[in-house]
Amino acid sequence: MRCLVFVVLFFSFPASAAIDAYPFPNDGLRDRHKVLIDELRCPQCLNTNLAGSDSMIAKDLRREVHRLLLEGKSDEEILDFMYQRYGDFILYKPRLQGGTLVLWFGPPVLLIITVFILIRLLVARKGRRLVMDKSDTDRLKELIGKN
Amino acid sequence: MTVNKSLLIPLVVFALLVFVLSLGFRLEDPHFLPSELINKPFPEFQLRDLHDPERLITQNDLKGEVSLANVWATWCPNCMVEHPELMRISRDEDISLYGINYNDESVKAIAWLRRYENPFLFNIVDDKGTLAIDLGVYGAPETFVIDTDGVIQYRHVGALTREIWDSEIFPVVALLRAEQKKANTGHEITGRSKTGSEK
Repeated sequence: MRCLVFVVLFFSFPASAAIDAYPFPNDGLRDRHKVLIDELRCPQCLNTNLAGSDSMIAKDLRREVHRLLLEGKSDEEILDFMYQRYGDFILYKPRLQGGTLVLWFGPPVLLIITVFILIRLLVARKGRRLVMDKSDTDRLKELIGKN
Repeated sequence: MTVNKSLLIPLVVFALLVFVLSLGFRLEDPHFLPSELINKPFPEFQLRDLHDPERLITQNDLKGEVSLANVWATWCPNCMVEHPELMRISRDEDISLYGINYNDESVKAIAWLRRYENPFLFNIVDDKGTLAIDLGVYGAPETFVIDTDGVIQYRHVGALTREIWDSEIFPVVALLRAEQKKANTGHEITGRSKTGSEK
């Protein structure tokens, strides 16, 4: 029994959603294909990449990436090809331009603002020491009945 | 009365949050992708005619008048839904309607059109989906408005309805035709002024 478990564990492989049998002349192209379909977003799905989607368009686009790779296109050219057809949506790593500035710089700007507010608050709290003058101590003595 | 200003911070944060979230609610369907091809020429292609496989259709066949190109398939349920509206447009509206049969089997497509009637002037066979990718199609049906020069002017994703025709497609078509007419009469006027100066 233990032996069987061992065998099963040893010979199990990680599952992958999309299995296309694309022939690649070398492992370099295969790896780039994998990286590209991981990085491109399926246009029909809200949050799945091309690699993880079973939709028809994702299948077509995986085939298209394969075709472009075999044609000798660079990664940048392939991303461009997709961008020209599907726009910002298809890139999980959005390009740095007008409409995506908020995406790139929003979080760090918010972080800086938060740190700034935090420091201001802490400094303000530190400055607000309890200072008692003569009238306060008199009143205190009066209240606790020690004269 | 003095107000501790730091007490206002949560209020401001809350107001900001409300603002950002209300923007999020006002966004339309998050599935919607704006088309990258608006104002760009219809992509080049060379594909067979569904009913006449000998004939090759190219982007030039879509030029010359304001027209509609509809991406459809027999496997697409919403194409069935919009079919009556396409029939109405082909019957009642004065506009050329072309079909792009997307990722389909031609035998099935021909049978489908015979069974439900054919609203298209001709059908482009895009059985590999290559033209659809060049058009940035991400789901059928999609309808493109093409101007006289073969430039894409508008795209609608999803089934066409009478409301969408009235509110989205027809205004674009009417505007393009008005511009076209203006451009034509503009030529005539400049032509006339030339002859006038000659006199």
